[in-house]
Amino acid sequence: MKKWMVLLVVLAAASLFVGVHDLSPRELFAGDREAWEVFLISRLPRLISILIAGSSVSICGLIMQQLSQNRFVSPTTAGTMDWARLGLLVSMIAFAAAGPLVKAAIAVVFAFAGTLLFMTVLDRVKYKDSIFIPLIGLMFGNIVGSVTTFLAYKYDLIQSMSAWMHGDFSVMMQGRYEMLYVSVPLMAIAYVYANRFTIAGMGEEMATNLGVRYRSIVYTGLLIVAVVSAVEVLTVGTLPFLGLIVPNIVTMYYGDHLRKVLPLTAIFGALFVLICDVFGRVAIYPYEIPIGLTVGVIGSGVFLYLLVRRTKQYV
Amino acid sequence: MVEVKQVLKRYGGKTVIDRVSLSVPRRKLTSLIGPNGAGKSTLLSMMSRLIPKDGGEIWIEGKEIARYRTEELAKKISILKQSNHIAARLTVHELVSFGRFPYSRGRLTRQDRDYVREAIRYMELEPLQDRYMDELSGGQRQRAYIAMVLAQDTDYIFLDEPLNNLDMKHAVQMMEVLRKLVDELGKTIVMVMHDINFASCYSDYMVALKDGAVVCEGDVSSIMRDEVLRGIYDLDVRVQTIENRRICVYF
Repeated sequence: MKKWMVLLVVLAAASLFVGVHDLSPRELFAGDREAWEVFLISRLPRLISILIAGSSVSICGLIMQQLSQNRFVSPTTAGTMDWARLGLLVSMIAFAAAGPLVKAAIAVVFAFAGTLLFMTVLDRVKYKDSIFIPLIGLMFGNIVGSVTTFLAYKYDLIQSMSAWMHGDFSVMMQGRYEMLYVSVPLMAIAYVYANRFTIAGMGEEMATNLGVRYRSIVYTGLLIVAVVSAVEVLTVGTLPFLGLIVPNIVTMYYGDHLRKVLPLTAIFGALFVLICDVFGRVAIYPYEIPIGLTVGVIGSGVFLYLLVRRTKQYV
Repeated sequence: MVEVKQVLKRYGGKTVIDRVSLSVPRRKLTSLIGPNGAGKSTLLSMMSRLIPKDGGEIWIEGKEIARYRTEELAKKISILKQSNHIAARLTVHELVSFGRFPYSRGRLTRQDRDYVREAIRYMELEPLQDRYMDELSGGQRQRAYIAMVLAQDTDYIFLDEPLNNLDMKHAVQMMEVLRKLVDELGKTIVMVMHDINFASCYSDYMVALKDGAVVCEGDVSSIMRDEVLRGIYDLDVRVQTIENRRICVYF
């Protein structure tokens, strides 16, 4: 874990000096005002939002996979993101004058209710094929998504909606990303609850046997997921499949003991998004490939790979 | 002491457990037998608060089951269901460590670690302790679950068909282990058994259920009789004594 942490720190520091505007550590040390402005208004917020979004969304995926006992469930494949977007849109229509906190709160309610609905359906479905479940989730999500699109057309809000569709860090500047900090204490809570999530992942009966209140653990987990998802959609936009691939790769090598893999998942999530973002920044320099696209392409590729290689002993 | 009094369970309009009373003998191995649908698993699940009951009382060590905090009860009884198969990738050692959760809430003390080590040693899982559960055979996995229950260190252990999916050799090994838990460690075990002959050879006490009611209970010699078993299973069976064991022939 230490070496990954070191790698993350080095890359994070280096990423501060990658961008259209030339910026070097020497200028910063020299106290150049313009350099400091670029650094504080744009580069640092961008890095912080990458680190927080990458790690928190990955942790959400890990929690969801654990609670549903299914490797393919994540904020994307369970429709959580779609519900959060619908919630945001509804808040824009119904409470146009409300501040971002109120909007986020409404998105949280939608994301929580939608994910809970999905989990309830999952509980009832007898046919527990691990592929079948996320397909239901994706379908669910698409239905919700089309409702959102319909409403957006009707109320002429398509433009603001597209901002939540594709994740983009280039707009992360001072004043736009601060809400992401909400995710930090949530990650800490997730770590405190890690053992309980693992136990809940053993099923309701085993959890009860060990004296754990299964229902309340599931609700706690889903609430964390809903808040992180809503905040992410509102600030960065969607990072598709992130919550699916990062936890899957980590647990493939390190197992499902959450106390152990949760910090690793956070580091890998941040690292993965950081690499994708830096790649997006330099690939067609001086233009940028939005992060949603990079993560989505790499993510769906890895998702396909996981589907194909799913062997009996792993899934 | 576990005492079941007039317990009732309904699913929809159907009564599946009809005012069952039972007192579990301490430091004995008790088998619940009976045909499919007799309500054995349902009764065991109610006795371990996995499902709520619709009437009656279950007393565990002088307190009604519903008045226990679930954390507290986890230190008194443990239950393994036949459906326990864990999707999560955990090593044997990690799984067994979770048996200490009711005590440590996740922060293992030195004493907890001793319990875990001892449980693993007792179930002869030392060479396998760092393997993932999904890499083990059915018999090894079952042993790991029992080790977890051992680490949980409860006086009462409830098992729902512990021999499910085990071949003869592993089934015998499992029963020998359960016998040792009773004889050496003084545990009280209640288990649902399908194989009447395994129940006959290894239990101290047998309880027969049929259509949601206890039809008879007693020690092995009082249950393993032609007329008693015929009444339970509606089948023309004969009980033979072979090498001092009562074996039911039902072919």
